[in-house]
Amino acid sequence: MSDFSGTLTTDERIASPGLLTRLAVRPEIGALIGALVVFVFFTVITSQFVTLAGISTWMDTSATIGIVSVAVALLMIGGEFDLSAGVMTASTSLVTAMLSVKLGVNVWLAIVVSLVFALAVGAFNGWLVMRTKLPSFIVTLGTFFALQGINLGVTTLVTGTVQVSGIATAPGYASAGYLFASTFTLGGSPFPISIVWWVVVTALAAWLLVRTRFGNWIFAVGGSAASSRAVGVPVGRSKILLFMTTAGAAWLVGTINILRFTTVQANQGIGLEFEYIIAAVIGGCLLTGGFGSAIGAAIGALIFGMANQGIVYAHWNSDWFKLFLGIMLLAAVLVNNGFRARAERARR
Amino acid sequence: MSALLEVRDVGKTYGSVIALRDVSTVVNAGEVTCVLGDNGAGKSTLIKILAGLHQHDAGQFLVDGEPVQLSSPREALDRGIATVYQDLAVVPLMSVWRNFFLGSEPTKGFGPFRVLDRRKAKDETRWALADMGIDLRDAEQPVGTLSGGERQCVAIARAVHFGAKVLILDEPTAALGVKQAGVVLKYVAQARDRGLGVVLITHNPHHAYPVGNRFLLLKRGRSLGSFDKKDISLEELTRQMAGGAELEALQHELRGAAQ
Repeated sequence: MSDFSGTLTTDERIASPGLLTRLAVRPEIGALIGALVVFVFFTVITSQFVTLAGISTWMDTSATIGIVSVAVALLMIGGEFDLSAGVMTASTSLVTAMLSVKLGVNVWLAIVVSLVFALAVGAFNGWLVMRTKLPSFIVTLGTFFALQGINLGVTTLVTGTVQVSGIATAPGYASAGYLFASTFTLGGSPFPISIVWWVVVTALAAWLLVRTRFGNWIFAVGGSAASSRAVGVPVGRSKILLFMTTAGAAWLVGTINILRFTTVQANQGIGLEFEYIIAAVIGGCLLTGGFGSAIGAAIGALIFGMANQGIVYAHWNSDWFKLFLGIMLLAAVLVNNGFRARAERARR
Repeated sequence: MSALLEVRDVGKTYGSVIALRDVSTVVNAGEVTCVLGDNGAGKSTLIKILAGLHQHDAGQFLVDGEPVQLSSPREALDRGIATVYQDLAVVPLMSVWRNFFLGSEPTKGFGPFRVLDRRKAKDETRWALADMGIDLRDAEQPVGTLSGGERQCVAIARAVHFGAKVLILDEPTAALGVKQAGVVLKYVAQARDRGLGVVLITHNPHHAYPVGNRFLLLKRGRSLGSFDKKDISLEELTRQMAGGAELEALQHELRGAAQ
């Protein structure tokens, strides 16, 4: 079976495609161009944007969105949504904070418990979607409100206020903080470690998606669950794992947040779920599943971070950021639909 | 030698609906058994039983002479029964090679670093398709860019490549033009000549007759009989399919209406 490759000759009908043609079919190309435009724009109109401190700031904003948006991209390629991912960042922060501040648990143990909590909620989301066959949009909208209620209810019940603070004095804070919330110096300027996490998560997700068997299944269950099932792909298990991955990514951001700010508001994280989805869509993910890119979602998050901070540096009212988001989202969806039409068109 | 597949008086009810009753036929290696019938005749129910999606509740289903109750499509696949469905044969947005190896991806490396053997997958896809006489331009192109007939052929070649002993084809020619349907039938014949047992579901006797060895006629969940090719002519097959006397009455009626 190993020596047949020699019998294959290059097909004369395939012209070696030019660089432009090859780039045009990549899902992340639109996001890359968008990122370049935004970068150049703010570089020209503001003075702080390309300073080391400026870069550090917008990279950090991008990182905390990007870590989750990359996971959301995998889930969207797998054909599902998760609206509870934003609130989950607050829930995991609250679990960690309450355990270590109110019960005196070691921060490391508290972090592990909140990871288990996140994975359990993710698994529940996935199980419910597969079991009820309801759209994940509805199921996770339910989880979104439920978690929001739990966050506020439990926090008020336990602390009498809507925030938990004081984790800085808990045992294990220093070492956990070093891993999740420290800074590293680059060119004499401090950069938050969240950027490293972002890069690692993106690289891992991109590798998983394109190079592994599970990645093949992600595309398949999102592209056509029925076809996948017919050839023996475990559709339910794959999707549940994807929901757990998203919840796990939200936990990572929640952990970074609580260790960095040492305090967490119970109403944090609301609205982030849409930012994750928008970043994934800008990065080339189809809303209908089956197509997209992890690196694209990371670039989508980068556009977010740059625009978010660029508007501040330009001394504009930050309300304009939402307008920018809306326009970016629509443009991205239109570009993606164009691709989809090309890929799915049958030559009859 | 026992038949690859055999059903004896098999039946299936959904609640109070009797979807299939007393159906018997065999599928031999190197032969094509055609299942013919109009809409609602029970064709789908029969293949769902053969493919492991549903379980029969009457009669016997034998694989290699051994009575079985298949609990899942995976179990059917493990017993060498591969099913190619009309509309869900492939994932359109994925490339040909990713489709070809879906569910049976070759990997290299070990432990958590096990990755797809992309090179092997692509080469083997082209090789397997070429071996079936399917001339593929590019293994990287999305299956969605192939024509309907080519998609069916990729799915058939996949089943053959992964060592299926029985190939169940659900209306493979239904949505195709005359020429495309002919191409698909050519690959059906090729799978048969390689010694596979083929079950071809169709409502078109003109597609079934040239490649079939045996014809199972279904009507309203019942069997009108399982005929060897030598025992039935195309005309008779067509007449039975269309409902025989009913069709003649209809023709008469239509002619009357036209005048």
